[in-house]
Amino acid sequence: MAALQTLARRCSTSILKRHFSVSSPVAAQMTVRDALNTAMNEEMKRDESVFLLGEEVAEYDGAYKVSRGLWRKYGDKRVMDTPITEMGFAGIAVGSAMAGLKPICEFMTFNFSMQAIDQVINSAAKTYYMSAGKQTVPIVFRGPNGAAAGVAAQHSQCFAAWYGHCPGLKVVSPYSSEDAKGLLKSAIRDPNPVVCMENELMYGTVFEMSDEAMSEEFLVPIGKAKIEREGTHCTLVSHSKSVGLCLEAAQILEKENIFCEVINLRTIRPMDEETLINSVKKTNHLVTVEGGWPQFGVGAEIVAKVMESDAFDYLDAPVYRVTGADIPMPYAATLERATLPGTQDVVLTVKKSLHIQ
Amino acid sequence: MLSCAARLVRAQIQSKPTACWVVAARGYADIVDEATFTTSEYALHKLDEGPSQTVTVTRDDALKYYRQMQTIRRMETAAGNLYKSKVIRGFCHLYSGQEACAVGMEAALTPNDHVITAYRAHGWTYTRGVPPVNILAELTGRKSGVAKGKGGSMHMYGHNFYGGNGIVGAQVPLGAGIALALKYKGSNDVCVALYGDGAANQGQVFETYNIAKLWDLPCIFVCENNGYGMGTAVERASASTEYYTRGDYVPGLRADGMDVLAVREATRFAAEWCRSGKGPMILEVATYRYSGHSMSDPGTSYRPREEIQEMRKTRDPITGLRERLISVNLATAEEMKQIDLDVRAEIDKAVEQAKADPELPVEEMYNDIFVDEPPFKVRGTNPFMYGMSK
Repeated sequence: MAALQTLARRCSTSILKRHFSVSSPVAAQMTVRDALNTAMNEEMKRDESVFLLGEEVAEYDGAYKVSRGLWRKYGDKRVMDTPITEMGFAGIAVGSAMAGLKPICEFMTFNFSMQAIDQVINSAAKTYYMSAGKQTVPIVFRGPNGAAAGVAAQHSQCFAAWYGHCPGLKVVSPYSSEDAKGLLKSAIRDPNPVVCMENELMYGTVFEMSDEAMSEEFLVPIGKAKIEREGTHCTLVSHSKSVGLCLEAAQILEKENIFCEVINLRTIRPMDEETLINSVKKTNHLVTVEGGWPQFGVGAEIVAKVMESDAFDYLDAPVYRVTGADIPMPYAATLERATLPGTQDVVLTVKKSLHIQ
Repeated sequence: MLSCAARLVRAQIQSKPTACWVVAARGYADIVDEATFTTSEYALHKLDEGPSQTVTVTRDDALKYYRQMQTIRRMETAAGNLYKSKVIRGFCHLYSGQEACAVGMEAALTPNDHVITAYRAHGWTYTRGVPPVNILAELTGRKSGVAKGKGGSMHMYGHNFYGGNGIVGAQVPLGAGIALALKYKGSNDVCVALYGDGAANQGQVFETYNIAKLWDLPCIFVCENNGYGMGTAVERASASTEYYTRGDYVPGLRADGMDVLAVREATRFAAEWCRSGKGPMILEVATYRYSGHSMSDPGTSYRPREEIQEMRKTRDPITGLRERLISVNLATAEEMKQIDLDVRAEIDKAVEQAKADPELPVEEMYNDIFVDEPPFKVRGTNPFMYGMSK
């Protein structure tokens, strides 16, 4: 039991904010913000054709300071402030990728990407296919996704399901600093269009970084999930900030001798079905957790995948989804809190799955 | 409606070439090597001077333009017939009547320059170097098509040619992005981003003008104004139909799009402007399409047949060039007739191949989703069917 607990602790990177680990020698600690910054810096240093454009990315150091210092280091040519014209600058970014550059197109939040979504889908995602392999679009669209704090309905939507729907796009959703650095680096090096959905509330979260993660050649492969915590009773699968929620819930449930396996999807599209299915075959119970809306969401897709796979025969309960409430995000703090899933939602749902209480 | 059509025709007619002179005396054997013509006036916006109205063309170039325009005309006619016999499906937007725009512009560009246009793209695909047989085979959806039949009419790509774009106006920011890449790489080349009078009102076009001017992008924005956005005449869609001025702070000019030499001269002027680092320019070419917006539109419910016939009779770009060449002994009627026959034979042969070639095998539908990716499973139409994407 104790060994299992130590194993579980070693497997997870960091669970709570500002958590200083002393369990094993560790190379460094990094916030998610710095991890993203490092990723862009390293890739811009490595490849002349990589550049960053978006609102406030240059002289302001980034609306959320993710691009801090990059303009001072690389100058106007490589870090470009754009006017507030998403459709225009996203189209320009896509065009520059078609002509051989490697743009990182930042949306201040993915809510604003809706104004440019035609360029992301019709100009970027579909072009390699429509041209039968003649025209590549090596672009990264990145920015914060999902709910922040008190920003209300128009600024709180999660776009994982919308972008995850489309063939021709790769969609990643990092949780930890290691995820953020490795996935963004992979995304920048990937010659296909990649949507990298970050989370504003995670930018300041500190995570341990292994020696390997600190190296300039550290990449996290797109399309591979990570088992953050091994378990035997129930699988929790999630992406982005909700992974933290699952790890918290797993700790709570552990006190009641319920051991959850926590999977961090890392990539929404292509989703790592193999890891999911193997886990379900092991635990026989699955609960999906996300911040986005329930209908047609990431969880809904996971349920469908599991239903159609041979993991179905291993289920001892239906697959359940924990999601944001099916309403536009309210402003008032109590209402907002009630709109987003909390640990109690995950704990309750796991217990329902296990027919406990 | 009739009055605005008449105004359009009147405006076009005013730009018919007037003066020309010969280098040598006329005679059957006295073919000249080059000749000079006068184009109609260019309208200028925020420009102190514009392109020259005096244009010189060599015999070789003139015959090349003639052949190219005739090839586009024959190819588009063939496409129309293939559509009517249901061998081409979906969308098919014909370029007939607008040939002087693509041919004239190409004449002032090099293959190192870049071009992006909207969906009326077959003519441009050809001038950018794709053989007619591969264009027609793409239209008929065969694997010998330039996009293996996966793109269709609106999605044909070539060297430094980015299609073929189906969403009205979306190609304009893309074009400025290509120009950004050219400037970024320190290249001397330009990007030509074309759009129609309908697309000219799109918000993203103005967003693009703004960034292109702010960042001095080497982009020529070309408005192919054919008088109609689908079934809506320009007066009914645009508060201002002076499309060459719509860029406000972006200098612009308007040229006669039915005169291949005027188009060439205007493009040369615009390209020089962009190459010298002065930023973008707008070039409006006043042109006309004989067909409807697409093959599902007869093109006669919103404009009088007389207008179409009048344009064919008096303003046709191919006839216009032919008459010019003959009038100054740059070429004989016989050799141009021979070009007509050669082109017809080439297109006829291409049509036969476009009809006979096979489509891609169905398993290949899963390919070309990602580049540089190890083979991966792609779901088909039922849970038990998967393809491999290679």
